[in-house]
Amino acid sequence: MGYEKFNILKSTTVPLSIENVDTDQIIPARFLKATERIGFGENLFRDWRYNADNSIKKEFVLNNDTYNGKILLGGKNFGSGSSREHAAWAIYDYGFRCVISSFFADIFRGNCLNIGVLPVQVSSEFLNKIFECVFKNPKTELVVDLNTQKVNIPCLGISESFDINEYKKENMLNGYDDIDFLTNMKDTISEFAKNTPL
Amino acid sequence: MSKTLFDKVWDSHVVHEITNGPDVLFIDRHMVHEVTSPVAFLGLKNRNSEVLFPEKTFATADHNTPTINQHLPVKDPLSANQLKALEENSKLHGISYWGLGHEKNGIVHVVGPEYGITQPGATIVCGDSHTSTHGAFGAVAFGIGTSEVEMVLSTQCIMQPKPKKMRISINGKLSKGVTPKDVALFIISELSTSGATGYFVEYSGEVFREMSMEGRMTVCNLSIEMGARGGMIAPDNKTFEYIKNREFTPKKEKWEKAMKYWSTLYSDENAIFDKELFFDGNNIQPMITYGTNPGMGISISKGIPKAENQDGGVKTYLKSLNYMNYNEGESMLGKKIDFVFLGSCTNGRIEDFREFTKIVKGRKKACNVTAWLVPGSHKVEKAIKDEGLLKVLEQAGFELREPGCSACLAMNDDKVPAGKYAVSTSNRNFEGRQGPGSRTLLASPLVAAAAAITGEITDPRTLY
Ligand code: SF4
Repeated sequence: MGYEKFNILKSTTVPLSIENVDTDQIIPARFLKATERIGFGENLFRDWRYNADNSIKKEFVLNNDTYNGKILLGGKNFGSGSSREHAAWAIYDYGFRCVISSFFADIFRGNCLNIGVLPVQVSSEFLNKIFECVFKNPKTELVVDLNTQKVNIPCLGISESFDINEYKKENMLNGYDDIDFLTNMKDTISEFAKNTPL
Repeated sequence: MSKTLFDKVWDSHVVHEITNGPDVLFIDRHMVHEVTSPVAFLGLKNRNSEVLFPEKTFATADHNTPTINQHLPVKDPLSANQLKALEENSKLHGISYWGLGHEKNGIVHVVGPEYGITQPGATIVCGDSHTSTHGAFGAVAFGIGTSEVEMVLSTQCIMQPKPKKMRISINGKLSKGVTPKDVALFIISELSTSGATGYFVEYSGEVFREMSMEGRMTVCNLSIEMGARGGMIAPDNKTFEYIKNREFTPKKEKWEKAMKYWSTLYSDENAIFDKELFFDGNNIQPMITYGTNPGMGISISKGIPKAENQDGGVKTYLKSLNYMNYNEGESMLGKKIDFVFLGSCTNGRIEDFREFTKIVKGRKKACNVTAWLVPGSHKVEKAIKDEGLLKVLEQAGFELREPGCSACLAMNDDKVPAGKYAVSTSNRNFEGRQGPGSRTLLASPLVAAAAAITGEITDPRTLY
């Protein structure tokens, strides 16, 4: 499934200043019953967004009109837990294109990169600065530049670099995915398979 | 050059190395289940692609299945639809499929080893994070996302950067009442849920050498809960004994040949790890969690830690205690509980049922406790009956359910109601993991059994 190319993203943010946000919160298991990739955004953070009777939890940040944008800010160790790609789908489907945190869980990070959500890991100091700015002024825009691998807080005039491996970067800039790459290697793979011991 | 066990397995599966990019890794065994595979099969269809090696993929239905009346049609239409999709996709692509009611059906990480699909030195993936379980056999096994499930189906490879390597060595002897689950919960409480992120872990030392294969599976299963991609233990005679003569393990000359390869699978003496940790097995006590991530665990007789002593944010910590309705400093012993769940790919194997039964034998289940005893597979279910455990359990007031993931993720009807407490032998105590508003305390089968009998958190060693 293709995704939007990612180049430079200038956007306001939604600040979720909680640590260890796990994939069961991002999308609870009971919403994993679909056989197609549709409608996951509606259930993003379902149990934090809605009460059991489906009424809205006003205090949750996604329900607060003050904050919106294509960037989700999360506390340390974002996305721990299950391998469900549905978590990344829900984030994408809701409209986010980038998650910024000071630390990501491995599988979640990989899933994001595979479906076109850019996980941006910054230092905890820088993350705190972003949170502060956004809480002070919800209209604060960030600039995430994949080309130069920098996040910029224009109102403070500061920026920080982030890591991404070259290959994944190329993919995201062009909207490619790994399957295209692997499909072109099928002959080599079949050759390799002949010599595997198991 | 000296290599770690992990290096040996990983390196020998690299089809292609991309400079500044991931490795193209060949996958020997691929397990699929109904929840994370439908979109992958759909992707295959949209790309007009086929499954490259159908004989290397195995499908079982487990996550989204009822644990009673499995012979009847599945009531929930969405679940039924997902199960049907797996069956149809498996048939269409010639993948072996162990659906509901099939004698080999069970939780993906329980049946893999039972039928010898899991083998030392193999690369094994599944769209489920607890695929790390298979590392107990010296395999490199880890969970993948749905895009990657599609990659494996269509090309038998995935693209992954090679993780760093960590070794956790525990020597000494475990005292009575201390199980592999406690060892794992202890390690996670020391490392936190992100302490091994970016690493692949090898467990070594006397404690793991002495451990049964079931116990090793429990430990490797929980590797993901400290953030590790996976965990593994070098295969030894115990491993070979376990897998010998299972349906999918090699036979005769092929076995001899495989044994030659398997006997090379250990970390060389001078192999270098990016990180090494050491713990003393003598100090580990029965554990229990009190919060909303598996790192929030303590020795059962200790008090709930103070917020100020937490490395993570105080705010997050207090939010978690608030969710559990617990306070700093309180003792866990004596806390009332409502549910007990024995099962999951962490502790749903025969050994776990044996341990549980030991405690409840000759006693009665507390009236205020609802207990779900869910075997990990039909094979486990059969053993429970054949070994006479079922009788003992029934005499103590317990019932046995049919196999599946059940309350581990509560996708089916096995949901703990909001606000209720469940002592669970599964692997995650996240908010709402066992049903919206549910409160989970992770523990060993022994602690679960003790709680089921007394209706409150009890040190199982007092019931021996
Ligand atoms: S038992 Fe739980 S952790 Fe294991 S495979 Fe099933 S849902 Fe995943």
